[in-house]
Amino acid sequence: MKRRRNCLSFLIRHVAQLFVFSGALLLLTLAPAQAEYGDVVLNKRAEKAGMRPVIFPHWFHRIRFKCNVCHSEIGFKMRAGANDIRMAGILNGKFCGACHNNQIAWGAENCHLCHSGLPGLKSGIRGGNATDGPGKW
Amino acid sequence: MKRCVAKQIFVLSMGLIIAQTTCGVEPASQASSFWLPLAQDELHDPTDPALNLLQNPAKALSILPRDGAGDQVNWVEAIEDNNIRPSVTLHSNTQVEILDLDVLFRNTDEMNMVNFPHKQHTEWLVCSNCHEGIFKSKGGTNKFGMFDILNGESCGRCHGAVAFPLTECNRCHSVPRTSTAAPATVN
Repeated sequence: MKRRRNCLSFLIRHVAQLFVFSGALLLLTLAPAQAEYGDVVLNKRAEKAGMRPVIFPHWFHRIRFKCNVCHSEIGFKMRAGANDIRMAGILNGKFCGACHNNQIAWGAENCHLCHSGLPGLKSGIRGGNATDGPGKW
Repeated sequence: MKRCVAKQIFVLSMGLIIAQTTCGVEPASQASSFWLPLAQDELHDPTDPALNLLQNPAKALSILPRDGAGDQVNWVEAIEDNNIRPSVTLHSNTQVEILDLDVLFRNTDEMNMVNFPHKQHTEWLVCSNCHEGIFKSKGGTNKFGMFDILNGESCGRCHGAVAFPLTECNRCHSVPRTSTAAPATVN
């Protein structure tokens, strides 16, 4: 009788532990990724000119082009804020305009595809990660 | 006492198995929960008239090789396994080469030494992206530490922003001091 009770209490105790442990693991794996999407917010001039800030998604572009295409051939410096990007330059084939010219990608007249950010965003690279991103970004 | 420890180990491993099988049942819904839709990412304006024309990250990223850190995509595996085939050049005269050269950084205090593989980096970048600006080519001439990296310098230019984050210590600090396998170059 005592043996059976022992057995029962062992089962209850450990089954409960099992649920708690696997539940905690599930929660950990299902949490949304505060990922380093590497989205860049460009708002040095956009809102002052009456447009939404620009959101540049690294993840979308790197599926289609290797880093060197933009950061070597087109000439984007690898530091958010270090590039003096203006619409006049883009329309003349510089920066984003090297591809966004209706030949390689849709043209710069599609304002809202880039100027799609929430008003008030601060310029810089976003997405964070577990360390909340490097300070200087 | 030993029996108690054995019981605990058994229970924990059963828990792991249950958690893994439960995750495996719904890979699609779990995958999409990792990447927030643009309208909810706190960057895009849900009232932007063109937002519905933009691709949501889950659609593209959920079918790529998975990683346990950062944006949950193993970008190196994605390119090596041809899951993605990003263009190397806009201009046909750009020189691109894969350099298969490992560099060992020994001066890492009590941490494992760092092995830097050029191969995986040159699959994405050309030499001039790093040399001679961020890193000098000559062995032993680059002085940097984790403080610089955490401040977005040297490796931190990309790692933590567009490449796996700085919480993944062992991916770089991967060579124990007792290791006998000597890479090509020592820094």
